[in-house]
Amino acid sequence: MLRWVAEPDASSRAHPVIEEAAGLERAGVSLGGRWIWRGVDLTVTTGEFVAILGPNGAGKSTLLKALLGVVPLTEGDARIFGKPVRRGNDEVGYLPQRRRFDPDLRIRAVDLVRLGLDGARWGVPLPSWMARSRAKSDQVDAVIHLVGAQAYAHRPIGELSGGEQQRVLIAQALVSGARMLALDEPLDSLDLSNQQSISALVRDICQQQGVTVLLVAHDVNPILPFIDRVVYAANGQLVSGRPEEVIRTETLSRLYGAPVEVLRTSDGRVVVVGQHEPVTYHAHPDDI
Amino acid sequence: MADSPSWDLLADLQLLLRFHFMQNAFVVGTLVAVLAGAVGYFVVLRGQSFAAHMLSQVGFPGAAAAVFLHVPPLVGLAAFCSAGALGVGVLGRRLDAGNRLESAVVGSILAFSLGLGLLFFRLYAGSVQAVYAFLFGTILGISDRDVAATAVTTVVCLVVLAAIARPLVFASVDPDVADARGVPVRAISIAFLLLAALAVAVTVQIVGTLLIFALLVAPAACALQLTARPTRGLALTVVLSLLFTWTGLAVAYFTIYPVGFFITTLAFGVYVVIRSAKAMSGRSVGEPA
Repeated sequence: MLRWVAEPDASSRAHPVIEEAAGLERAGVSLGGRWIWRGVDLTVTTGEFVAILGPNGAGKSTLLKALLGVVPLTEGDARIFGKPVRRGNDEVGYLPQRRRFDPDLRIRAVDLVRLGLDGARWGVPLPSWMARSRAKSDQVDAVIHLVGAQAYAHRPIGELSGGEQQRVLIAQALVSGARMLALDEPLDSLDLSNQQSISALVRDICQQQGVTVLLVAHDVNPILPFIDRVVYAANGQLVSGRPEEVIRTETLSRLYGAPVEVLRTSDGRVVVVGQHEPVTYHAHPDDI
Repeated sequence: MADSPSWDLLADLQLLLRFHFMQNAFVVGTLVAVLAGAVGYFVVLRGQSFAAHMLSQVGFPGAAAAVFLHVPPLVGLAAFCSAGALGVGVLGRRLDAGNRLESAVVGSILAFSLGLGLLFFRLYAGSVQAVYAFLFGTILGISDRDVAATAVTTVVCLVVLAAIARPLVFASVDPDVADARGVPVRAISIAFLLLAALAVAVTVQIVGTLLIFALLVAPAACALQLTARPTRGLALTVVLSLLFTWTGLAVAYFTIYPVGFFITTLAFGVYVVIRSAKAMSGRSVGEPA
């Protein structure tokens, strides 16, 4: 059976101390009686920018949800920063795969970010003149500044463009003091220039804040210059390694169990072709 | 007529509250306006107007059954509405998935409850006036016991609503992230439907099952047009709800027409004015000068 674990490449990291940000051991998830993937060993090092790639229904989103503790592992173990995964972990920020917000949703972007900070707490928010509430507002303002969303933070979220909404959602994911971002297709449905600017923002957060990034993508090209590592999901397995190791004709052909060709264009973009067989081993690809 | 209003508002107020039934109507109306407004804000924010509509229709057979079984109507209303809320909460699983499943469940329960209402209406041998009151509301015949029951229900609901307010907003606007952040999204949505059921049960007393939207949806719909700030929106909703209720009760008292008509008309009128004003200001902003 094809499966291997590429150890994190220590020499390429700027950080002298290598700390595990996320780890899976002999992990498997079965939903509705089918294995999405199993026998997965994976280690993500702190500060890495990891792209999670693969065809629809291969379990990319499930991988994120398993690390968030939203989807329980059927077997094996999952750790985040050395501790077992759990829902509500402030150290992990999540941006789910989604359609756009309803244009009529009447809540401001800044309120949405604030919910990422204390939205899970019971009760009503403290009045804004109280010191603790003020400190939280400052925290929200700081993260909105970090993602460059000041100009539209006080407008209703539904009125913002796709790129603006993604910036707000990245702020929401970061605001609890997250050291890891789990981003599920944040570039989907954005135009090319927004794909580039959001990719650059995520890279800056990764490099300047030392935040570990796990980013699910349909197309690797917008983030190819930035990523340290690729996790490729297909055929019930996950393969992990440096981009040039994984996105190769031989590796992906073995993973798919079918001939796949990786082409590189003259400007450095990669194209994976030859996936004639659609991946059909899961009933609800959208839900994975 | 002796009971005609003047421009002396204090005298009018004295006139208005001269009778005990009118005092009861104002107390219940005030409680109901606050609760329906607060709950209604979340109904509109969550896009659950149709579910709220169903809850109000379920109230009709509930009240009719209660009269038939010689228990207080409020008990029947609360029991039927809660059952309807649980039905939607449990059967309409994916609230976040575009409300499609929920709409189907709501529609099914709605039809069944109206059928039940028809049955109880036939079984019920009392006056048609009482059934009419359930359907369209009344300012007459609110007993002291109704006032007490409404007060207790309102306070309990408002306390629970305050306790779950923040995670409820989170689960309403962003269920996936709320879930990952540890909010029990499903439990909260069922709890909220139960709160809505109780709010409907007490609100039916004033505006009836057919006109309940005037207090459950219209004030929040108006407020959400005017502000996207959650705290401000909630406060504005309650203020508008009180305004509609008090004005409706007062006008109804001085005329021969039913209170439900005035409250609904006022609510609808304010909503239309706000939407028109927004449409006009939006157009003038959109056009280059």
